[in-house]
Amino acid sequence: MSDTHAPAHRPQDLDDAIAGGVGESPLRPDGTLKVRGDFAYSSDLWAENMLWGATLRSPHPSARIRSVDIGPALRSPGVHAVLTAEDVPGRNLYGLKDIDQPVLAEDVVRYRGEAVALVAADHPETARRALDLIEVDYEVLEPVVDAELAAHDDSLPKVHPGGNTVRYQPIVKGDPEVTADVVVSGTYTVGMQDQAFLGPESGLAIPAEDGGVDLYLATQDLHTDRKQTAAALDLDPELVRMTMSGVGGAFGGREDLSMQVHVCMLALRTGRPVKIVYDREESFFGHVHRHPAKMYYEHGATRDGDLVFVRAQLYFDGGAYASKTPVVVGNGTTLGVGPYDVANVSIQGWGMYTNNPPCGAMRGLGAVQPAFAYESQMDRLAEALDMDPVELRIRNAISRGDTTPTGQVLDYPAPVAELLRRVRELPLPEAPAAGAEPDIRDLPGGASNTTHGEGVVRGVGYGVCIKNICYAEGADDFSTARVRLQNVAGEPLAMVHTAAAEVGQGLVTVQQQIARSELEVERVNIHPNDTSVGPAGSSSASRQTYVTGGAVQAACRAVRERLLAITAERFGEPAAELSLSGGKIVSRESGVLADIAEVLGSEAIEETREYHHRETFPLDERGRSERAQVQHAFSAHRAVVDVDTELGLIKVVQLDCSQDVGKAVNPESVVGQIQGGSAQGLGLAVMEEIQVGEGKIRNPSFTDYLIPTILDMPPMNVDVIERGDPNAPYGVRGVGEPPTISSTPAIVAAIRAATGRDLTHVPVGPEHIIG
Amino acid sequence: MDSEITLWVDGRRETLSVDTRTTLLDALRERLGVTSPKKGCDHGQCGACTVLLDGRRATSCLTFAVANDESEVVTAEGLAEGDEPHPVQRALLENDGFQCGYCTPGQVCSAVGMLDEVKSGWPSYVTEDLDESVELDEDEIRERMSGNLCRCGAYANIVTAIREAAE
Repeated sequence: MSDTHAPAHRPQDLDDAIAGGVGESPLRPDGTLKVRGDFAYSSDLWAENMLWGATLRSPHPSARIRSVDIGPALRSPGVHAVLTAEDVPGRNLYGLKDIDQPVLAEDVVRYRGEAVALVAADHPETARRALDLIEVDYEVLEPVVDAELAAHDDSLPKVHPGGNTVRYQPIVKGDPEVTADVVVSGTYTVGMQDQAFLGPESGLAIPAEDGGVDLYLATQDLHTDRKQTAAALDLDPELVRMTMSGVGGAFGGREDLSMQVHVCMLALRTGRPVKIVYDREESFFGHVHRHPAKMYYEHGATRDGDLVFVRAQLYFDGGAYASKTPVVVGNGTTLGVGPYDVANVSIQGWGMYTNNPPCGAMRGLGAVQPAFAYESQMDRLAEALDMDPVELRIRNAISRGDTTPTGQVLDYPAPVAELLRRVRELPLPEAPAAGAEPDIRDLPGGASNTTHGEGVVRGVGYGVCIKNICYAEGADDFSTARVRLQNVAGEPLAMVHTAAAEVGQGLVTVQQQIARSELEVERVNIHPNDTSVGPAGSSSASRQTYVTGGAVQAACRAVRERLLAITAERFGEPAAELSLSGGKIVSRESGVLADIAEVLGSEAIEETREYHHRETFPLDERGRSERAQVQHAFSAHRAVVDVDTELGLIKVVQLDCSQDVGKAVNPESVVGQIQGGSAQGLGLAVMEEIQVGEGKIRNPSFTDYLIPTILDMPPMNVDVIERGDPNAPYGVRGVGEPPTISSTPAIVAAIRAATGRDLTHVPVGPEHIIG
Repeated sequence: MDSEITLWVDGRRETLSVDTRTTLLDALRERLGVTSPKKGCDHGQCGACTVLLDGRRATSCLTFAVANDESEVVTAEGLAEGDEPHPVQRALLENDGFQCGYCTPGQVCSAVGMLDEVKSGWPSYVTEDLDESVELDEDEIRERMSGNLCRCGAYANIVTAIREAAE
């Protein structure tokens, strides 16, 4: 498939399952509710007798807490509870990798925005005003704000008792000291990006009669939330029941806990339902961000353009708590040379604690930052060699059978060169006619009438990337699916039950498609996600179609096997001769034997299966591993920009992408992921940065933190190829992250081509162009 | 201070007493249980709370409920005719004009209001000829929908859907 046209749809009734199996683009089963405004997001929930929770946050990036006085707040009318660290029933620590973050700060606060106390009140404004009555006496300390300094200066204060290094990882391949004909070097920085999902954090906790609690929330991973929450509440995990509500975007920002433990604590204390909803400003403090990074790179090549070595030092600012910093360092170092075959590699990566806002997962985590650096380097190298930048990339592109810097042999397609060739062949926009009066609406600045074309220069740039898919470095990565097939009013109906989070990526559609193809039944319902089925892991690392798709496939095949065994016995035919087709059971010998519904009768067949992908292994102290990562995905972008070189204004005129998705289970959703990922990459390229000064976020609003609007996103040619991975269900390859990664360097390369500027920081602002 | 007001919400008459500082968005969501308008920023920056207020699109977080006594409010929920979604809703569905869907009720109301503005001959910043009727091309749609953020980045399909709904 290679087009941008919407595939044909079949109409959908509100409650009915839809037609369409693997490889088609049926409508989303949750789509009708979403367009009608009837889909309940976590912030839309309501319960009888409900209270509102609010969170007091530290105003200081680093301080000692001398005392907390909750008395005046507690006495305030309408306030039902005020809780501090002393009230955390269980372990006052949580974390995705390192368990290092307090539910509520005890004796110190480590970042501006850290949760210190909680209030439950009968109205959100009452709760908010009660926060103002809590008196916290802080001894303000000097914050640690520079990650590179933190890595090398032992005299800095320790943010955590164990020191300031979360993870240090070197990768060494070949001869790290080798020399080359042509060497280019550069230092690159990436700003702190925010996921900026539009539906802020929220949850509704309802205390249960059995001493447990039911939490309705928006998250990326129910079971990991539950594990951490149960430990903090000192409850058996079985008593902490979580149900997914509508998720208003995620992009990595809902992997860590936010209000989960807080809202449960308030509900258990007051014995009443409690709801917490963050506002936009609090959301900026309430979740982790993309790690800012500083990266030193040196590339060496022969005069012919063959890469000889890549050496790099990468510093990731993890902020006050570890979150996914270990993974970011792992991804950043292992993928730090990009999708290139390089014989000699020396990369060192540091993930550091500082008193800046905590950073963790965001789409493309750990791979976004080095991609900006290594692609900038490839352009520099091309210039030094007087080579075409695309040809240089193609010449060095990694391919199947090559060995990664960690020593892993790629045993699946890696069509990097093909993607570069394809994206280069996509149609370019028409160049403005020479001498003609330009239409100002098409220029940077647009209707603001800032130019009539004077100083406007067009540039074209390319970027290509590599991203690992699924969990890595020895994590047992799996998902669970329960599939039930039954006869409902004479029709076979499959019910798919997983805990896998639909965050907008279309996972519920994909699950339906798989069940439909495996069981040959048209009607497939998706059971609400909850913790009454086994874990699915997180909707992150572009992994759900792979692992949950694999689990649904496996559970469906187990159901099919039982169905065929029953049929075989009833009709006296060998099961191996039977198959399913169009709702019927068919024998190779005798044709149609029976309707599936008829064979089921009043019996339901239910099977639960886990899907584990191939084992991965940790990196050793030199960064070697037989298989550090289970799969890699690749995308290539070409950007066309117009830059007003006098005012520094940038307009991205066109952004095209070629991506290998292995198998497009849902072609339309694939295109949607590529468009959406590219939009977030464009945001990082030219507008999105959380401004942090002395540990404090200066722009926590959509007035000051800008994300792309419909005017900022240019037309895209999207070219999808399917070079299946034989190890993955249906050959799928993760889709969601790569387009976020390669779009940013392509846009910056285009701005460089237009302006001749170095541009070593993203986002690129007017000051970088006219300064 | 509380005031008693009457609102016509999605065709229903609602009388309620509200604190004068209550926004229309909060009155809808918290007092009347009408949750299709979403609170994405509460500052008029994202457009997720867009409703049709006396027929015109408005960010309901930027207006007080008391300022809209006796007003007619139509939300995305009120646009469908029974089981039949509004043409804009159907076009968004069929063109995959959303992913997480959080901004969608606001996009729907904004698009419906915008199409009416176009029909009434209101020009935009990018309208070429102010004396002629507006030709609803992609530039016009993008310009007129630029107040509604979609972080999932479904913009291309939103444009396609609106074009289709306008036909």
